Amino acid sequence: MDFGSINPVILIASLMVAAVPIMLAAVGELVVEKSGVLNLGVEGMMVMGAICGFITAVETGSPFLGFLGGAAGGAGLSLVFALLTQVFLANQVATGLALTLFGLGLSALMGQGYNGIKPPLTPDVPFGPLAQIPALGPILFAHDWVVYFSVAVIAVTWWVLKATRLGLIIRAVGESHDAAHALGYKVNRIRLGCITFGGAMAGMGGAYVSLVRVPQWVDGITAGAGWIALAIVVFASWRPWRVLIGAYLFGGITVLQLNLQAAGSAIPVEYLSMSPYLITIIVLVIMSSGKGRAALNAPAVLGQNFHAAR
Amino acid sequence: MLRRTLLTTAALALGVLGAGMAQAQEKLKACFVYVGPIGDGGWTYQHHQGALAVQEKYGDKVEIQWQESVPEGADAERVLTQMALGGCKIIFTTSFGYMDATNAVAAKFPDVKFEHATGFKRDQPNVSTYNARFYEGRAVEGLIAGRMTKSNKIGYIGSFPIPEVVMGINAYYLNAKKVNPNVEVSVVWAFTWFDPAKEADAAKALIDQGVDVIASHTDSTAPLAEAAKTNGAVIGFGQASDMAEYTDGPRVTSIIDNWAPYYVERVGALLDGTYEQKDTWAGIAGGEVLIGDITEKVPAEVKAEAEKMRDDIAAGTFHPFTGPINKQDGSPWLAEGATAPDGDLLGMNFYVEGIKGDIPK
Repeated sequence: MDFGSINPVILIASLMVAAVPIMLAAVGELVVEKSGVLNLGVEGMMVMGAICGFITAVETGSPFLGFLGGAAGGAGLSLVFALLTQVFLANQVATGLALTLFGLGLSALMGQGYNGIKPPLTPDVPFGPLAQIPALGPILFAHDWVVYFSVAVIAVTWWVLKATRLGLIIRAVGESHDAAHALGYKVNRIRLGCITFGGAMAGMGGAYVSLVRVPQWVDGITAGAGWIALAIVVFASWRPWRVLIGAYLFGGITVLQLNLQAAGSAIPVEYLSMSPYLITIIVLVIMSSGKGRAALNAPAVLGQNFHAAR
Repeated sequence: MLRRTLLTTAALALGVLGAGMAQAQEKLKACFVYVGPIGDGGWTYQHHQGALAVQEKYGDKVEIQWQESVPEGADAERVLTQMALGGCKIIFTTSFGYMDATNAVAAKFPDVKFEHATGFKRDQPNVSTYNARFYEGRAVEGLIAGRMTKSNKIGYIGSFPIPEVVMGINAYYLNAKKVNPNVEVSVVWAFTWFDPAKEADAAKALIDQGVDVIASHTDSTAPLAEAAKTNGAVIGFGQASDMAEYTDGPRVTSIIDNWAPYYVERVGALLDGTYEQKDTWAGIAGGEVLIGDITEKVPAEVKAEAEKMRDDIAAGTFHPFTGPINKQDGSPWLAEGATAPDGDLLGMNFYVEGIKGDIPK
């Protein structure tokens, strides 16, 4: 492949940044789906996080509080979803879609008066001389704290799901809520916790868009990133480290195709633009065919509501 | 069966009632279809300013209605049909991609006037088109870009490869090259009108490639926000709207789309019965394209040069496309001293000589 005059170091550094919002949202959704809940409202929670984070950062002048505000905003909206699906047993797919529409509308309303304001800058973490190392410096040591945080979240999620009692319970709830219930676990309460975590992560991802990547507020700023995050969870077959790969792949291709254009490369951009989705489809086909099914790894009761009295 | 009859009667009654009320108030309903949110700070924002100007001018005589973020395609047709059924008498469709939907719906509602922005199809007698000569503003931007660039690399974020955008790229490049023969333009196609994250990424890609002046043809302020991160190393332009909030940052001037006079004129014509189908393409001279304040970042002599170009364009003594100009492949397009005919511009699908790369098909 002809990379023209693209500097691979700058490319990798920028794809790491581009991948943060979808990575955070995807790892949150992964935990939600691991507990057996399908929340399609990621886009809505992201955009709520984007506006709540933006407002908090602008009003307090602190980008760090902004990210907390974003997480709170996303979590708040996810509680609406939790109430409807866990208490009133509403259909999860329909509720999730409605949540996206609601989030887009509510965020536009809250964002009135915040157009054209610049949020406080999120500085890079000062690594001192480490950032000066050729090649490795710009890639590993020249980012803001959220980039490192997002990778840490992946690691922690992986560890919790794989090696802790809590992870085992979450997985049990997602594989067979009846069995988990029979063992005495509070299925809906555990799911509530997972949904809130998912909302908080999506909210932080959204806040990253409005506070770092674009640094401003415009209506609908996340522009479909939530849907990509949903695709990544499937692409990753519900495994945290694959979420990282998926996010870098999806984020990387966006950056790469724009860079290729700017560098005047002759590769038609349409192919690059569609390649992540193509890969997702191929992965889905492989995983759902015969032997691959075992590797599919989807939580067994994904999308099914649970009520103890049923 | 009974229920259906009842419903029909109720609907009819409502319809009659509605019509009666409309006649009683004699309000003209003017409707607007937007491709993005009003809060984009650019293209759609300016159209909405035009809509508000109509309301202010005619007060009680008109009622305005709008719908934001309408996708180009089948959804647009549905929205237009709803608007026409809902009593809109004149509908402004404010994006190029609504072209076929506008004409298709216009065929079904011959009594409703349709106004399509930036298009060229007037298949129905009730479809008018209007556009602004944005390329005149691009020429002024090009001149400033050519003078201001230090790396001799200037960038352009394209939305879709349509004549409107290609025209802008060519005008920008030609007038930059005129004052700076070493200048090169990098074009990045975002394939969207509105996606702030993608627009910011496109700007970042250009900056990574050493571009230090960025013009954008997308609707949000994101490219300027990205340029602002460079602490003054990269400058840009307000697009569609003044984007004045970036004047202390990268924005050195802007192209402002001023739709208000046209909207006021057309709705007024419909009110007093002088409305006729037409095709409008006004520019700086007609006040439809305004050049925003040129900031102090631009040296005084460059500012004077840019303002002179603006005034010459307004006076008709300068055309941004004045020959000799060759096409990208070297074949001649305009002879010495010839200016581009409007037809050539409206169908422009080629780069001029000196621009590298291909226009995506």
